[in-house]
Amino acid sequence: MTFKIAASPHTHQRRTTRQIMRLVYLALIPGVLLQTVFFGWGVWFQLVLALATAWLAEGFCMRLRGRPMMSAWRDHTAMVTAVLLAISIPSLAPWWIIVIGTSFAVIVVKHVYGGVGQNLFNPAMAGYVLLLVSFPVQMTSWPAPTMLTEHSISVADTINLIISGYTSSGYNLEQLRTGIDGLTMATPLDSLRTDLGSQMTLSEATAKPIFSDFAGVGWQWINLAYLLGGLALIKLRVISWHIPAGVLLGLALPAFIGAAFAPDQQIGPILHLFSGATMLGAFFIATDPVTAATSNRGRLWFGLLIGALVYIIRTWGGYPDGVAFAVLLANMMVPVIDKYTRPVVYGHGGRP
Amino acid sequence: MSADLTDIEAGRLWTFPGGIHPPERKELSNSTPLSALPVAGDYRVPVRQHNGDPGEICVQLGQQVLAGEPLTKPGMSNGLPVHAPTSGEVTYIGPARIAHPSGLADLVITITADGKDNCCDLYPVPDYQQLSRTELLDRLHDAGIAGLGGAGFPTARKLALQRPLDYLIINGVECEPYITADDRLMQEHAAEIIRGTEILLYIVGCSKALIAVEQNKPAAIGVFKRLLADHPTIALREIPVKYPSGGEKQLIQILTGREVPSRGLPIDIGLVMHNVGTAFAVQDAIDHGRPLLQRVVTVTGENVQQPGNYWVRLGTPVASLLEHCGYTPEPQQRVIMGGPMMGFTLPDLTVPVVKITNCIMLPATTELEPAQQEMPCIRCGACSDVCPAVLLPQQLQWLAKAKDYEGLEQQNLFDCIECGACAYVCPSEIPLVHYYRKAKAEIRNIAREKASAEIARERFEARQQRLEREKEERLERHRQAALAREKAQAEAVKAGGDNPQDAVQAAIARAKARKAAQAAKAAETNNKTEDKSTGDSE
Repeated sequence: MTFKIAASPHTHQRRTTRQIMRLVYLALIPGVLLQTVFFGWGVWFQLVLALATAWLAEGFCMRLRGRPMMSAWRDHTAMVTAVLLAISIPSLAPWWIIVIGTSFAVIVVKHVYGGVGQNLFNPAMAGYVLLLVSFPVQMTSWPAPTMLTEHSISVADTINLIISGYTSSGYNLEQLRTGIDGLTMATPLDSLRTDLGSQMTLSEATAKPIFSDFAGVGWQWINLAYLLGGLALIKLRVISWHIPAGVLLGLALPAFIGAAFAPDQQIGPILHLFSGATMLGAFFIATDPVTAATSNRGRLWFGLLIGALVYIIRTWGGYPDGVAFAVLLANMMVPVIDKYTRPVVYGHGGRP
Repeated sequence: MSADLTDIEAGRLWTFPGGIHPPERKELSNSTPLSALPVAGDYRVPVRQHNGDPGEICVQLGQQVLAGEPLTKPGMSNGLPVHAPTSGEVTYIGPARIAHPSGLADLVITITADGKDNCCDLYPVPDYQQLSRTELLDRLHDAGIAGLGGAGFPTARKLALQRPLDYLIINGVECEPYITADDRLMQEHAAEIIRGTEILLYIVGCSKALIAVEQNKPAAIGVFKRLLADHPTIALREIPVKYPSGGEKQLIQILTGREVPSRGLPIDIGLVMHNVGTAFAVQDAIDHGRPLLQRVVTVTGENVQQPGNYWVRLGTPVASLLEHCGYTPEPQQRVIMGGPMMGFTLPDLTVPVVKITNCIMLPATTELEPAQQEMPCIRCGACSDVCPAVLLPQQLQWLAKAKDYEGLEQQNLFDCIECGACAYVCPSEIPLVHYYRKAKAEIRNIAREKASAEIARERFEARQQRLEREKEERLERHRQAALAREKAQAEAVKAGGDNPQDAVQAAIARAKARKAAQAAKAAETNNKTEDKSTGDSE
């Protein structure tokens, strides 16, 4: 009788990378649903395109690297990257935007650096930044929330727009983005940046129809939904609270101070927290474990850094939102953060 | 310091960072009372069952031995004797597979039982307080007692260190899942454990002891509560359930809030810890004069028919133990010696039970799923969240894979207690502990090689120096001799004798004259032959 030889421990908690990724998908659902409600079916087509691209790109890379394709597909990390990128870009962007972004994220940002766990930069955000700097027009053409536009876009029109750039009745995206008042509708953050830049006060700037209760129409509920999903992930111990708390604090604190000193010239903390990609970034993007700091103390600093950078970019930078840049800059800082936040090991004088 | 002591005295409990809650599954084996295995067959007693050097074998092939008779003498300073588990004949002395993770062979003495189980004469101590500390230590040493909690460090050596102590801690935590050996021992022999604790207190010269038991052992806690009512010097502490609370460093942190310094000993912070099983063995050795011949072993797992706890004589092959309990192996069966977190798998069943064997486990595949394929690390940090030593297991893993031994030491690899919590939570199922063990072994090897290279270098340099010195000495001697000779000559000349220098000059002159004469002669003959040869050629 021969017996099996194995290394201890002989028991494992049964939560694999795949299960973790599945929980991440589930937590994204409320946000994606609300995004559908406010911005139409486009987001689902972007998701399908992104997933298909990621799946192919992942398989292609594993093939080139001479590794089993199945193992890469099974861990779902590329899929999560694809989903995050798909929900970050404007929902009616042309098809090649998401294909280029996802391919770059998976092939260059992930596999060129050695695959899962080896990449220095958050793949979804690196892909996003590549798209933003290469195709600024397409990447900033967010449609107005459905309830504010005069044209309602059918599913068929959505497909036509994404594939050919025109609806069946010949409208292009720019025309569809034009509001009731004949002006192109910008995102709340974009509009605020322009208005505050042209010496309007905050109350004047937020009097526009794109703003409602406490932030932008649609955007506030989407942010709330991602907050909810994120809190569920913390509850399920998929992510720790350190990074999201750091991001939100890093953003809200300077915003609060700014609002206290110049209440009518700066965006307030609530508006900051529930606009743009704040919640998605704090709970789903910055928490990518591969590219974040490793210790809990380090993660808190990492989050604070991202939050502060988002504030700086939104307030003084050239872009309306800055989550992607902030995450990439913080990724670069990770080795330094890790070096200075190493916890004190047992028996090395941490506690007397 | 005094505030700290009042806190401890008041029963305050601290906590340690990290830790996990794996399924305990203690109910499989903790409900049946302890029973002894019948004496039969062969016992394979490894000569080395503790952390230290083996003793010197003092029996011969074919010799009849009685139960309790020593088979080895503790030859080395950190040796420890082993004893015959029963009466019978020594039928084999030689290498055989022992309980070791790598399935190594080591020197084993096989005793074939005669079935009579005759015991040698025992010398109980009627009153231990009549004996001196050293005498008691000698007795514990001769009884072959090593720490029964797992490390197997010779108990007498641990007790021999003399340092001011605040507390003696008796560890009955048994945090490893499945194992209930200490639990049953505490339930059934609490009085003996308390007695052993008193003896230990007397030996270390300390006045207070703490007995720590995890809260998942209510029966044991009940017995202790009842018995400790009239022992004011010994206090019971109920520890919350968390793995690895029973680790020496972690238990110290829970009970006292103190940390054992890295590469230090508990005694450095005024504490000493022994396992409940060791306390029982100490009592047995002093009160009954019985050497360490048997221990409690948990046999458990869903593939065992009668799981439970058994008094097993040291040297009993695992096969005999499992035959007694009955088992139904499945294909690819794992036989684990120790628990599911820190135990190791056995290659076959000839391996004997030794002093540190607390559990034999035959899990079903459905019960403890075998490890899946290792996936890449996603740096999720779950491992650092559970590490009780506050290490960064994922960093260690990268460094271990990169064989960056310097980096590993900087990241304090040697503070890892190998509890396995990191590997337990790893979503990529990376066998982290395995990597650390390998890296530790390699670092130790490198250090050993470096040390021996250093010794070789020192020896070589010493030799070079010696040769150099000898050469110098030789030259010096020659110089001295030459000087002495010159001096002697000078004195001889002064005294009016012949100057040997003149004689030398004369000899040289004679030689020169002779040489010149020869040269002239040769030139003459040469001329002649030359003339002759030119004539011939024409």
